[in-house]
Amino acid sequence: MKTIILRTASNYLLPVLLLFSIFILLRGHYLPGGGFVGGLIAAIAFVFHSFANGLKNTKSLLRFHPGFLMPAGLALSFFSGLSPIIFAGDPFMTGLWYHGHVPVLGSVGSALFFDMGVYLVVVGVTLTIIFTISEAP
Amino acid sequence: MMQQLIIYPLLFQLFLSIVLMFFWNKINAQKVISIAGSIIAVILSSYVFYYVWENGTQKVNAGNWDAPFGIVFVADTLAVTLVLLTALSGLAVSIFSAGSVIKDRLRFGYFPIFHFLLLGLTGAFLTGDLFNLYVWFEIIIISSFVLITIGGEKAQLEGAVKYFTLNILASTIFLTAIAVLYGLTGSLNMADLAGKVAAVENRGLVEVAAILFLIGFGTKASIFPLYFWLPASYHTPPAAVSAIFGGLLTKVGVYALIRVFTLIFVGDVFLGEILMVLAILTIFSGGVGALVQNNVRKVFSYLIICHIGYMIAGLGMFTEIAITGVIFYLIHDIMVKTNLFMVSGIIFKIKSSNSMRALGGFYANYPKLSLLIFIPLFSLVGIPPLSGFWPKISLIGEGFATENYWTVAAIIFASFITLVIIAKLWAEVFWKDAKEIPEKPKFEYFSDISKARKTQFILPIVFLSLISLYIGFGAEHIQLLSSRIANELMNSQQYIDTVLNNS
Repeated sequence: MKTIILRTASNYLLPVLLLFSIFILLRGHYLPGGGFVGGLIAAIAFVFHSFANGLKNTKSLLRFHPGFLMPAGLALSFFSGLSPIIFAGDPFMTGLWYHGHVPVLGSVGSALFFDMGVYLVVVGVTLTIIFTISEAP
Repeated sequence: MMQQLIIYPLLFQLFLSIVLMFFWNKINAQKVISIAGSIIAVILSSYVFYYVWENGTQKVNAGNWDAPFGIVFVADTLAVTLVLLTALSGLAVSIFSAGSVIKDRLRFGYFPIFHFLLLGLTGAFLTGDLFNLYVWFEIIIISSFVLITIGGEKAQLEGAVKYFTLNILASTIFLTAIAVLYGLTGSLNMADLAGKVAAVENRGLVEVAAILFLIGFGTKASIFPLYFWLPASYHTPPAAVSAIFGGLLTKVGVYALIRVFTLIFVGDVFLGEILMVLAILTIFSGGVGALVQNNVRKVFSYLIICHIGYMIAGLGMFTEIAITGVIFYLIHDIMVKTNLFMVSGIIFKIKSSNSMRALGGFYANYPKLSLLIFIPLFSLVGIPPLSGFWPKISLIGEGFATENYWTVAAIIFASFITLVIIAKLWAEVFWKDAKEIPEKPKFEYFSDISKARKTQFILPIVFLSLISLYIGFGAEHIQLLSSRIANELMNSQQYIDTVLNNS
């Protein structure tokens, strides 16, 4: 599918889709959205890029193997769940919140980091699966 | 930080799998981390066990949401005992895996997935929430699907399809049962359900939910008409994987049955009778199945089914002494079955065959190893001072006391048939003269491998055999533990009060 229209469009759509995925991720606390959907949208951005420019180019764009995102995301989620035990002595997964307003993000708490972990895991898993399938002879 | 002590074994297994995932391509590092981590997990679980033994049932509200609205983790004596046993089998199998599983399998994330499996098991034992139990079951079966297919041999995939199909079906039925129960009571917390189910007027639907739970957990525990997936799949993956499956996966089904039928659906006579009939049929079909098999691992697979029958029978009788027998048997069975599948692995490594007819001459060639293997084999039979003997006293005695003569007959039949099978196995594999098995060209025999790897084969078997011997000779301690657990299970009010803060 190496048409010039698709290739040109994908160059513009990649950053837009990535930005949109982050918007969906941040929106997820009270409204529909969150790490899972956001992660899927980010994965779609890269898959779209690989359709237009070939798998090799997408891989060189990513620089590291997407499988690495899985343990990284899991670790982030794990430590966000662990943080109330360490910092507040509350049970596992209790929400810790920064009581102040952060511009753009709104309120920041351990739940946000948990969602970011989910986001990374979903991107990692989806891209690993799709790259593996498209590499198969 | 100490109030959350009981979930540390759980978090530690998760932590271990994440760390192992970072070392995806470094297999030797994974081996070291897995074994060292498993040792820490045993220490941690022992401490949690000691803490609960001294201080009684503990609970943690995940996310600080009070029960019955949030998810609770509850550690009563049964849960921590099983967590400790999981950690012990995990340690043994981790060492055994390091020696026995080939590189081509380890390359695909064997160790991280193995620890995810242990995470799922630990979670299933600790959770106090029915839906959360379902989630842990999902983690268990997803990890076990990977472990059973890793390597991708033809026979393995064939076994995996059967395993996959029936386990997914069982999970779906379990989920349906949860949905029915939630529709009736509006709660998922097990302690909360205990009170609410008793108050439901629509007894017919409660009965339906109970039967759905029985089918769902029964498939996983491999009781009578639903066990066919087990002997079709357990002999296909590497011995290390079979060991953890044989030791723990069916037992988590038994645990769930015990939990649900002592806490939520209590004192149902009809259900007790169904359990009893199923137990007798399970014992019978497992025993007869094992009798006709030739493959050592298939024999052990059928024996798992046969011995699940004991525990279901005890649960069906539903008296404190019978439950004591069930718990004792559960403790003994987890250790012995894990050990036996590792034994089958070592037999295969030495002779490159698991066929009883083809094998022979072990005692002449490996006398010390044979004596070691004697311990788990005859613990399974229950020759008096060894561990399989003691729980049967409670079970048979209580069978007479409650006048369930058919159950008593079935238990005696099963003990006898186990003796026949193990004696046959001993005669065929160990005493018979060695036969010439044509050497496989590319097979790495036990005599070819380095001393360090030989240790990794033998050490876990020694370790679990020692625990089996302790269960046999220190039966007094295990009996004390089992009767305390049975007492807690039969008087579930204390569990309910702890979870719901009614003290």
